[in-house]
Amino acid sequence: MKSRREFLQAAATGAVLLGSQSKLGLARVVGQHGETGKSKVVIARDPALHGQSAQPDEQRVLNLLDRAMASYTGREKPIEAWKHIVPQGQVIGLKVNGLGGKGISTHKALILAICERLQQAGVKPGNIVVWDRNPRDLAACGLMVNTDPSKVRCFGSDVSGFEEQPVAWGSVNVNLSKILTRECGMVINLPILKDHDQAGLTFSMKNMYGVVKRPDQLHHGGCNPGVADLNRIPVVREKVRFTIGDAMSSVYQGGPGFRPEHLWYPNALIVGEDRVAVDHTAWQMLERKRAEVGLPTLAAAGRPTSYIATAADAAHGLGVNDPQRIHLLEV
Amino acid sequence: MFRTRKWTLAVAVLAMAAAVAGTGCKKGNVNAFPTSGSVSGWEKTSDTRVFAAKDLWQYIDGDAEQYISAGVVSTSTSDYKYQGQLEAVVDVYTMGNAAGARKILETGQTSDAKAIQLGDAGVAYAQSVTFRKGPYLVRIVAYESTPGAAQALQALAHGVEAKL
Repeated sequence: MKSRREFLQAAATGAVLLGSQSKLGLARVVGQHGETGKSKVVIARDPALHGQSAQPDEQRVLNLLDRAMASYTGREKPIEAWKHIVPQGQVIGLKVNGLGGKGISTHKALILAICERLQQAGVKPGNIVVWDRNPRDLAACGLMVNTDPSKVRCFGSDVSGFEEQPVAWGSVNVNLSKILTRECGMVINLPILKDHDQAGLTFSMKNMYGVVKRPDQLHHGGCNPGVADLNRIPVVREKVRFTIGDAMSSVYQGGPGFRPEHLWYPNALIVGEDRVAVDHTAWQMLERKRAEVGLPTLAAAGRPTSYIATAADAAHGLGVNDPQRIHLLEV
Repeated sequence: MFRTRKWTLAVAVLAMAAAVAGTGCKKGNVNAFPTSGSVSGWEKTSDTRVFAAKDLWQYIDGDAEQYISAGVVSTSTSDYKYQGQLEAVVDVYTMGNAAGARKILETGQTSDAKAIQLGDAGVAYAQSVTFRKGPYLVRIVAYESTPGAAQALQALAHGVEAKL
């Protein structure tokens, strides 16, 4: 009998081969414009997630993930919840965010928990690709590069390369990572909640800057409409279908780099399919924290999160930012 | 007479070259990173990486713009470890002039920042030290908060400051 730690380590290296293929043909959209006609967003919290450590407790992270997924899908059993989300036989990408360095990157405990549940839901280890821009970003998340297809794979766009033919939508004209365009059938977005020097907030939609060759060219105008336009590109919109946002720790000021003096522990996951509703929810969480410590709103600080409204406008149609149209469930 | 002029010209050219080289050294990739053991308890755990201003986004995309607008010339960075446990990163930003370094230092300071005597000016928090000296802006950040971390970071900061 493997201990949990052994299982997680094995899952990370792909040594654990679980189950058969998912019996579901397609993942069903379960939270977006469902029964209530609203976009569902779940915030799952565990105040004891970190204890006395800077790193969250692994078992508590798995429990938190299970609670978030159960609430979102309405399925109590974690494996059933995951089968409801992921399509059969496709490569599932986990787009993490290691830009901010070791102190403020998508937590390894969350990544491993998702890999574990995906495998239990029937996804082959080699059909899971954990990815970001490069080995440095992955190392910041505590991960090492692995391209062995018999294991959970983990590599950056530096390995896959970028499409030579740029793709344009609105203001953006970008070369996309081949991990997105050629490797993955579906991408689960795993951003980490941060203040952002240009955009105000970086979370779900902004994390897509990590899938293009030259993200530095998209920062003008406070990343507006860059973020919305990038997410509107068909392959981004269609493949990146689910967000499990890491709000276990965050920086409320001075981001997107690691600023320990502005570090805070919301101890939460923010989950949803509607990327705009997810970002709107995260933005409100960030603003509440800033108000609590006496900082001005992001708009007053000169970096409004305008791209969220742009993403919700008729031209983009990426989701909703009207609180009346968001079914927020806090568990 | 002619020979004297040639010597004068040669000396002038050499002096100009030395002045240019000197300036280049000040604004170039100065090795400000203490070697392992030169600051008690600290080990340099990575190679030094250097980013020109145009490539800074590769290191701190999203943060790069504020440094570029303040006139950053290049950025050097290296990882450190204290007593085999506490991990930290040292970033040395070489700005075009002292005003650029001052601008960055004064941006984003909060009321709980503690002023420290380091270089031309500096501030410390529990897990970070930031100071400026001439055109250099140095930020040292620890990834964890441990007892003694602040003191250890300041010792490392003094080690960096001495090499600038």
